[in-house]
Amino acid sequence: MMDQLNPRARRDRYGSRINRDHSPLLAYSLPWATIIMASVVPAFFVASAFPYFPPLGLLVLIGWRLIRPGLLPIWAGFPLGLWDDLFSGQPFGSAILLWSLAMLVFELIESRFPWRGFAQDWASASVVTMLVLLGGAVFSGAQITLQLIAGMGPQLLLSVLFFPFVARVVARLDRLRLMRFRTIG
Amino acid sequence: MAPPASRRSGHSRRAQYGIFTGYVIAAIGALAGAILLGISLWQPGSFSGLRTTAQDAVSPVGEAGAAARTESQGLFETISGYFRAGSKNAQLRREVELTRIRLAEGEALKQENARLKELLGLTETQQGTVAITRFIGSTASSTRRFGYIGAGRNDGVEPGMPVRSGRGIVGRVLEVGRTSSRVMLLTDSESVLPVRLAREDTVAFAEGRGDGLLRIRLINLGINPLKVGDVFVTSGAGGIFEPGVAVAIVNEVTSDGAVARMISDPAATNYVTIEHVWQPVALEAATVPAETPLPSDVGGEASLQQ
Repeated sequence: MMDQLNPRARRDRYGSRINRDHSPLLAYSLPWATIIMASVVPAFFVASAFPYFPPLGLLVLIGWRLIRPGLLPIWAGFPLGLWDDLFSGQPFGSAILLWSLAMLVFELIESRFPWRGFAQDWASASVVTMLVLLGGAVFSGAQITLQLIAGMGPQLLLSVLFFPFVARVVARLDRLRLMRFRTIG
Repeated sequence: MAPPASRRSGHSRRAQYGIFTGYVIAAIGALAGAILLGISLWQPGSFSGLRTTAQDAVSPVGEAGAAARTESQGLFETISGYFRAGSKNAQLRREVELTRIRLAEGEALKQENARLKELLGLTETQQGTVAITRFIGSTASSTRRFGYIGAGRNDGVEPGMPVRSGRGIVGRVLEVGRTSSRVMLLTDSESVLPVRLAREDTVAFAEGRGDGLLRIRLINLGINPLKVGDVFVTSGAGGIFEPGVAVAIVNEVTSDGAVARMISDPAATNYVTIEHVWQPVALEAATVPAETPLPSDVGGEASLQQ
């Protein structure tokens, strides 16, 4: 008499391990697709007289970069920044420059502090996001006044508070990315 | 979290070169970004073709988003409207009565105005609406404040045309795509609009501050006549905007003017009208040196007399 086998014994969080495999298309395209979406979508749901919304494209990029290091190439800031520049209203080239630099900065932080926890990720993401936003203001072609910087305060705060949420969403998307959808044999 | 294994290339030449090439491409990318940024700061219109094409492609999706945005705004207003409904109702009734009286006065003024204009022999130049369209949205996180509208070159929209909603001036068209355009909102830090106090003839400039408010700079400095709650309307100077359209309401009086709030807040704006430039000849005249005669004749004379 055999005990019934635990029905979940051959499964893990990514689905059944028998006869199923990851879909390479999904695994490699999902990060790019979500960042591209995140760059475009906010412009449709936000119409405001002052900038308060966090830079969603950048936050999702940072989320993927920190959760799966090496999944996005180091030069991913160039194509993704180019796309973001088409919709952000910034002068063309500002996100290309700032996002490329951000990716290099994360590489530097990672080589300096290889063992990291979420607190460090949040801190580094916050610092980089703030620097990118302030850099964006400098490169926006607007005159930098005290009011302009003060007006960015809520946005900077929101971006910092928004990152943990984005990180959770990206983690869920990462689980979806590695689901075993493909049937083998 | 452990450091990623991909960083340790070990003795594999291929892996070492791969990582090195990645750094080189990233650095080239950053450099290319810097060059492109330099070009677009030097010549702001240089990549407008790319931008407008991209905007055209996604604007149909945006129109649905805009509907959702304005409807959700309405929902919040409905909920908040339930609080203190009774006292508000009484107050609104009083306001309606007052407004009716003012409206009648306004009608009388309009008639008088038309009669006086006839006396002066002024002819209204090309005016009226070019297109009525949805206000799709605005830049979300950039410090520059641009809006997107769902009408473009195909509808006859041209750069420089004023954009207004039912409440007042929203901004003016900056870049035109085939089916969508980019609008510079009044609160953009590069936007300057000549305005006039609605109750008297105090003229001023309304400049965007980049933080959602407008800075009112009086042209004649002296005793500051402004009070909180004063309404500014367009003065018609500069020739782009038709005079008498609501622009801003004073929020805080400063030593040399005021800080004002935009009356037509883009968040609550659903439909906008794009209008013809009010005095195209006056605009043209501003770009022509004083000694050369203007290309157009009769219309120019009439509009320049104002």
